[in-house]
Amino acid sequence: MLNGISINYYILLSTVLFIIGAVGVMARRNSIIIFMCIELMLNAVNLLLVAFSTLHNDASGQVFVFFVMAVAAAEVAVGLAILSMIYRNIKTIDTDLLSNLKN
Amino acid sequence: MIKLIALVPLFPLIGFLINGFFGKKMSKGMSGSIASISVLASFVVSVLAFIELQHAANKSIVFELFSWISSDTLKIPFEFLYDPLSSLFLLIITGIGFLIHIYSIGYMHEDEGFSRFFTYLNLFVFFMLLLVMGNNYLIMFVGWEGVGLCSYLLIGFWFKNTAYNNAARKAFVMNRIGDLGFLLGILLIFVTYGSISYGNVFSKAGIGSPEVVTSIALLLFVGACGKSAQLPLYTWLPDAMAGPTPVSALIHAATMVTAGIYMIVRSNVFYSISDVASETVAIVGVLTALFAATIGLLQNDIKKILAYSTVSQLGLMFLGLGVGAYSSSVFHVTTHAFFKALLFLGAGSVIHAMGGEQDVRKMGGLKGKIKITYITMLIGTIAISGIPPFSGFFSKDEILAHVYEHSKVLWFLGMITSMLTAFYMFRMLFLTFFGNFRGTHEQEHHLHESPSSMTVPLMVLAALSVLGGLLGLPEFWHQTNWIGDYLDPIIAHKNPSILNHDTEWMLMGLATLSAVTVIYFAHAMFITNKVLPAASEDKLKPWQKVIYNKYYVDEFYDMVIRKPLDLISTLFYKFIDLQVVDGIVNGVGSTVKGLGSAVRLLQTGNIGFYVVSMVMGIVLILLFTFII
Repeated sequence: MLNGISINYYILLSTVLFIIGAVGVMARRNSIIIFMCIELMLNAVNLLLVAFSTLHNDASGQVFVFFVMAVAAAEVAVGLAILSMIYRNIKTIDTDLLSNLKN
Repeated sequence: MIKLIALVPLFPLIGFLINGFFGKKMSKGMSGSIASISVLASFVVSVLAFIELQHAANKSIVFELFSWISSDTLKIPFEFLYDPLSSLFLLIITGIGFLIHIYSIGYMHEDEGFSRFFTYLNLFVFFMLLLVMGNNYLIMFVGWEGVGLCSYLLIGFWFKNTAYNNAARKAFVMNRIGDLGFLLGILLIFVTYGSISYGNVFSKAGIGSPEVVTSIALLLFVGACGKSAQLPLYTWLPDAMAGPTPVSALIHAATMVTAGIYMIVRSNVFYSISDVASETVAIVGVLTALFAATIGLLQNDIKKILAYSTVSQLGLMFLGLGVGAYSSSVFHVTTHAFFKALLFLGAGSVIHAMGGEQDVRKMGGLKGKIKITYITMLIGTIAISGIPPFSGFFSKDEILAHVYEHSKVLWFLGMITSMLTAFYMFRMLFLTFFGNFRGTHEQEHHLHESPSSMTVPLMVLAALSVLGGLLGLPEFWHQTNWIGDYLDPIIAHKNPSILNHDTEWMLMGLATLSAVTVIYFAHAMFITNKVLPAASEDKLKPWQKVIYNKYYVDEFYDMVIRKPLDLISTLFYKFIDLQVVDGIVNGVGSTVKGLGSAVRLLQTGNIGFYVVSMVMGIVLILLFTFII
């Protein structure tokens, strides 16, 4: 029990968040939206880590979350830079149009 | 100097390397001098070592240079053997080799491949020296193959001419057949005696069963047949005349073709054990001698006549080997090297004077125009015809005397051969130098004596052809036959002559008389009656046609061996190669290609599709891991 709420709800919430993120990544074509969905998936995982960390009274899960956040920040910086370069070159960030490798 | 004997093959090798790498940048004079000097240096060492050997207590000296092959029970050191036999061959190879190098400087002067020619020539001398100096069969084999290679390169020296290239290939292939026999012989020797060093093998030659020894001897003889142009592998030698004339003199008359003789003399212990093998050698020898001599009667190419004469003389040497007269055969090798090299070089000088013409029908009357060539060639012709006291007489007579002892039939065939030899050699001489000039005006105008670089070797060889007989004067004239005594230590089973002196005198008289008669007959035919060879083949009588066409042996081989082989090859090509092999290879290729183009469709380039597949994959993996 955490603050009177069962751990199951935390798991359920993070699963729902994760699935929303995954479906977003799969279904949407706008690169920015896909990016946000990836962040959503990462944060779903973070939530789960923090929840279990508190449950077990073990700080290492929270330490891990810091790392995930740091890496996510770095990833966003690189990813957005790539996106802006793609936009400059082909004037779109629609992923369906980014299929040059096919030919 | 014996200690330094390893230098003998080293000098030509150095000459070969220098000419091979830098020949093109050097002037012709430089290139020719380096090649000649390297052989001269070898000759000097050989002579000094030879003199030293006369007084040495131990006449068979082995030098181990390094351990060559060492694997389990097989141990082959790289050793040189210096004994009377190899010392004699060293003198012949380097001495005559040097003269021919000098001659070549004049003969090849105009040729664009000048330095290439000397490169090959030096390489040849190196391999030939290796062949005769090795102390085991493997080194001999290396030399054996090496001289074959050089022979190939030099026959096809003018490689822009397809016919010459074919002649070179023919020589190579024919030699390969012989080489296979030689190689099998060496393997059998190793299997039987556990070693291939001469000393080890010869000392226990008797432990092999008679069948094995006979097989060894016959296999070695197959090798000798290839290299020394005996029936049935002789056909390459006449074609080998495509090479430059000095090559014909050095390789295809004086040295390389006598390698077979050397090998059999070296292995004489096997032949003295096996009567079957000796008898085979004698019969093949006498048949070759007779066969080639008859072909020589009607040839019109001056070099072809000499080529058949070489085959015939080699046959005579094998006849001598077959009846156990090893030292006599070596004696004949020596004198033959003198007069045959002389005749070839003389022929080269004639060809040089005639501006490349080789057909004796277009020559005639050259006697006054090229005096030195004429006189030296006359000496060579008398020497080969067996007129005393020229060298050929003594060596041939010695062989025939031994043959007479052994078998009257073989002796009779040998006598006929030597009569034919006298006839066709004088036919060539008369047609070339006597009568009226039959060539074109341009050629007549062009006639000139060769430069001194060519005539001096001719004169030296002529002197040797006259005096060479002194090496082996008959015993009853001179008490000792020097060459016989000298070679005595290497002959396993002595075969002393039991003929009484009257018989020997009778044989000598008979040989001389028959030679003189035949020469008189040739004189009557070609000088008095001025008979000329038919201008074209159509005018020949049927039997002459057969001889003129060399008994159609080439055509026979073509039909019996080459054509069926061609047919089988074509069949294999059409069915096995084109259908089966190509089918498998192409099948593998097209299968992979088909699979690739099918799998390629998965790579859509659509990011959404990739992500969906990835998530589905992960879900599936999780399902399999946790649920099932």
